[in-house]
Amino acid sequence: MSKPKLALYWAASCGGCEIAVLEIKEKILDVAAAFDIVFWPVALDFKYKDVEAMADKSIDVCLFNGAIRNSENEYVAKLLRDKSKIMVAFGACATMGGIPGLANLSNREELFDLVYRDQPSLDNADGVRPQLKTEVAEGELDLPEIYDTVRTLDQTVDVDYYVPGCAPEAEQIWGVITAVVEALKTGVLPPKGAKLGVNPKTCCDECKKVKEEKKIKAFRRPWEFIPDPEKCLLEQGLICMGPATVAGCGARCTTANMPCRGCYGPPADVLDQGAKMLSTVASIIDAPTPEEIAEIAATVPDPVGTFYRFGLASSLLRRARI
Amino acid sequence: MSTDFEPRIIGFLCRWCSYNGADLAGTSRMKYLPNMVPIRTNCSGRVDPTHVLKALAEGADGVLIAGCHPGDCHYINGNYRTAGRYPLMEKLLEQLGLEHGRVRLEWISAAEGDKFAKTVTEFTEQIRALGPLDWGKQFEAEEAKTA
Repeated sequence: MSKPKLALYWAASCGGCEIAVLEIKEKILDVAAAFDIVFWPVALDFKYKDVEAMADKSIDVCLFNGAIRNSENEYVAKLLRDKSKIMVAFGACATMGGIPGLANLSNREELFDLVYRDQPSLDNADGVRPQLKTEVAEGELDLPEIYDTVRTLDQTVDVDYYVPGCAPEAEQIWGVITAVVEALKTGVLPPKGAKLGVNPKTCCDECKKVKEEKKIKAFRRPWEFIPDPEKCLLEQGLICMGPATVAGCGARCTTANMPCRGCYGPPADVLDQGAKMLSTVASIIDAPTPEEIAEIAATVPDPVGTFYRFGLASSLLRRARI
Repeated sequence: MSTDFEPRIIGFLCRWCSYNGADLAGTSRMKYLPNMVPIRTNCSGRVDPTHVLKALAEGADGVLIAGCHPGDCHYINGNYRTAGRYPLMEKLLEQLGLEHGRVRLEWISAAEGDKFAKTVTEFTEQIRALGPLDWGKQFEAEEAKTA
């Protein structure tokens, strides 16, 4: 039997997911041994036309990282969906929009104004902005069209599985790869839509810090003080997304005394991670009157950036109003 | 804005106070505008911000949360949770470009049928002045283009 075919792609992402795949170290050789890698722009010289030439569903597994924010991202997402039996949203951006999803607080014109007109360090006297088509001596050049709204992979194409994380942890990636190899052999696949490489509880469950009753008199930010390494960070006034984030990362950030930012996304059955965290944070404020509680709650400086750092594009409202 | 715009409002009413306030308004035959769809919750503290965001995302123009006055909560301090969530939610919605006043919090007791009727009418007029929210509309053009 020939080896199963694997494709990897990056759309609107930072490249961290690609590094994360290599973070499995020498096991990458086992991946190369188990799979026939047919498309991986960061590492191998295949072109889009090579993928276009493949038969539909001829790729067994596609690990797709990055959000969808321009016409090229979208074209390749649809192309790989057609060619792949199993489409995996890999990493926080493909799963929930990730950091690029915060661009949904703005729109294309505002972004272009900032980048091509208002930057203090900019040298663009002619006011050049990206054009979809440009005539040059050699002919016409195309650029992908940037969209107003950053989308997740599953807002664009049908997705079979999700591997969340910014970036997914190496041992979880390895676990997913071995599970896929096993599943392809036996033909028994996990239920469609499953999050792979996560554990059933929340980040708090994996966090070793001592947790007591949560009562907060004021919110603080990480630069203001050095937190007690033994105690729950949320109880010390730091907004730690642990209670609203699915387990799987091994609580790496809180182990390093930094609050969880929620990159693994919400636990199963939670519709909107940010709303849940907002609810949690507001519920643990310790003050005698509703007015004082409201005052303390209003001191959270940036609710969208805090509660939806990775999840704005996949949240219920998805973006700021255009 | 079209003059025939009828606001769609979702009202989350605590079953111990505000829902009974609504009943009192009804049995007292008080008149108020019919734009609010009431949803009975066990406590205003049971109103998850998810409920509010889902209502707005799926077509509501405004959301009313009504609960017992502070100190009167059947569950002792459920409405204190609401008191904390509301300003955070307002700040969040402001960041997302919603006008101030799309979501409203009121304390309405079971004896305050008149306050209930007045609140619903006032809030309906306030949302009418703000105009339709129609949250899903902003995605339509781009998604139709790329479908």
